[in-house]
Amino acid sequence: MSALVIAEHDNARLKPGTSNAVTAAAKMGGDVHVLVAGQGCAGAAAEAAKLAGVSKVLVADAPHYAGALPENLAALVTPLAKGYSHVVAAASAVGKGFMPRVAALLDVAQVSEIVAVESPDTFVRPIYAGNAFATVQSPDAVKVVTVRATGFEEAAATGAAPVEAIAAGPDTGKAKLLGQELTKSARPELVAARRVVSGGRGLGSAENFRLVEALADKLGAAIGASRAAVDSGFVPNDCQVGQTGKIVAPELYIAVGISGAIQHLAGMKDSKVIVAINKDPEAPIFQVADYGLVGDLFQDVPELTAQL
Amino acid sequence: MKILVPVKRVVDYNVKVRVKADQTGVDLANVKMSMNPFDEIAVEEALKLKEAGKATEVVAVSAGPAACQETLRTALAMGADRAILVETDAELQPLAVAKLLKAVVQKESPQLVLAGKQAIDDDANQVGQMLAALLDWAQVTFASKIAADGGKLTVTREIDGGLETVEVALPAVLTADLRLNTPRYATLPNIMKAKKKPLDTLKPADLGVDVAPRLKTLKVAEPPKRKGGVMVKDVAELVAKLKSEAKVI
Ligand SMILES: Cc1cc2nc3c(=O)[nH]c(=O)nc-3n(C[C@H](O)[C@H](O)[C@H](O)COP(=O)(O)OP(=O)(O)OC[C@H]3O[C@@H](n4cnc5c(N)ncnc54)[C@H](O)[C@@H]3O)c2cc1C
Repeated sequence: MSALVIAEHDNARLKPGTSNAVTAAAKMGGDVHVLVAGQGCAGAAAEAAKLAGVSKVLVADAPHYAGALPENLAALVTPLAKGYSHVVAAASAVGKGFMPRVAALLDVAQVSEIVAVESPDTFVRPIYAGNAFATVQSPDAVKVVTVRATGFEEAAATGAAPVEAIAAGPDTGKAKLLGQELTKSARPELVAARRVVSGGRGLGSAENFRLVEALADKLGAAIGASRAAVDSGFVPNDCQVGQTGKIVAPELYIAVGISGAIQHLAGMKDSKVIVAINKDPEAPIFQVADYGLVGDLFQDVPELTAQL
Repeated sequence: MKILVPVKRVVDYNVKVRVKADQTGVDLANVKMSMNPFDEIAVEEALKLKEAGKATEVVAVSAGPAACQETLRTALAMGADRAILVETDAELQPLAVAKLLKAVVQKESPQLVLAGKQAIDDDANQVGQMLAALLDWAQVTFASKIAADGGKLTVTREIDGGLETVEVALPAVLTADLRLNTPRYATLPNIMKAKKKPLDTLKPADLGVDVAPRLKTLKVAEPPKRKGGVMVKDVAELVAKLKSEAKVI
């Protein structure tokens, strides 16, 4: 038995999620290899080699892996996968894109967004926005699994695995990446942050969202948001926390002006400590909050920022 | 361009499901069912492309029990031209759905399949990508903007770090994200008209597809419960508790 973890990275560094996927893969029972496919990705490969539990890093370095296009990644991973019992990746936007392609090409099921490994063929995954947890068993020869980062610790950086170059797969030429508009921020990455401050529709405008930003900066926290705040243009799409956005589980999650719809709770209810500030005492967010404060956010949030 | 839009009948997004006492699944008896919200967005986008003169026909397809006819009628009432139901009472997993859709694509020869990015019941986020793989087509997931120009599509997609723009040549599979559009409501006259639109029914066997499930569900359990919290009276009390009790600041 052995698992191949597909790393996600920006060529220089690994993205958060990959090291959690390595931890999950190690629980599946065998050796863990990591594949780094990119262009000029030696930095990311070196980082992968340090992850505890990894016994080998494979590197496919070619221009057509620059954009992590799913067609090219799947064409590389599928033939390699046949030598492994498990193919594993983080359930990130990239992982969600190419992994089902790999599964279909192998004619196997994919097990999406697992939060626990029960045995080499049995996994636990949330369904219905996390309102139920399914334990599923895969009989397939190769198990294709995506991993929810919040379910697993990060692997420690204590290893020293050998790095081996492998031949690149084909450039399928099916899609062309024209450009990216990445949100620039000096704040921690949302999915890996120890503290998150999220704002909802209650903020009312992009200008008012600065109240959330000021609080986040005082705490060294990442910024999150409800779908309503993103849809209203208060913050960019990559801030959305929830069933269909990002899943976070920081030590401290502060929800400001967020009602607590099932879809939002799905993305944050595993946070260690949850604080909710909302003027409506009936808001469902209070049902998951450790500390609830009923009040006007325009008064309470600046006050909180000042008192920290 | 002909567009095929797969639609799934799911528990309505407002319903908080309950796990059955025997842990075999969630209780779906007397629960409100609706079209998967992401599929509504996909239907809307297909209709917009048709209204803009970029598409000629919009065909909605669903796989599942006879009750999925309702979901297809909703798509027809929104404006889809016709519908296909692949009828089965079997449990359908994403790979099986992708295989059924592949067979429908081979019959119908659309140039574009516009699906929802994920179904809000099993939250699998697989079918569009699997279908693209089985057809050996390009895929663009999580689309938030689509521009069609001849045989090419320029698609903006939501990624973890922001947005990216990808160009693909048709044929392709696209999956819709939340901000692609706001789906229209079906009006009463259109609901009436939809009753007369063609809805064909096929069986998986007609398409030569084995839909037997691969994953075996051993159990479905309640999520871990959070222990109840407390209400604080003001900001000062909150700060005190975060410092001395929760010890997170
Ligand atoms: C398919 C689908 C997927 C979805 N995915 C997600 C997802 O991933 N993430 C997500 O978040 N949502 C998601 N949603 C949307 C979700 O259902 C809710 O609509 C959304 O979370 C509501 O956002 P909100 O809490 O900011 O807004 P609202 O529900 O409008 O709540 C605003 C809150 O602000 C409070 N408020 C207003 N003014 C003040 C004030 N001055 N001081 C204090 N409090 C104030 C109000 O009391 C209210 O509770 C999804 C929906 C669908 C259909």
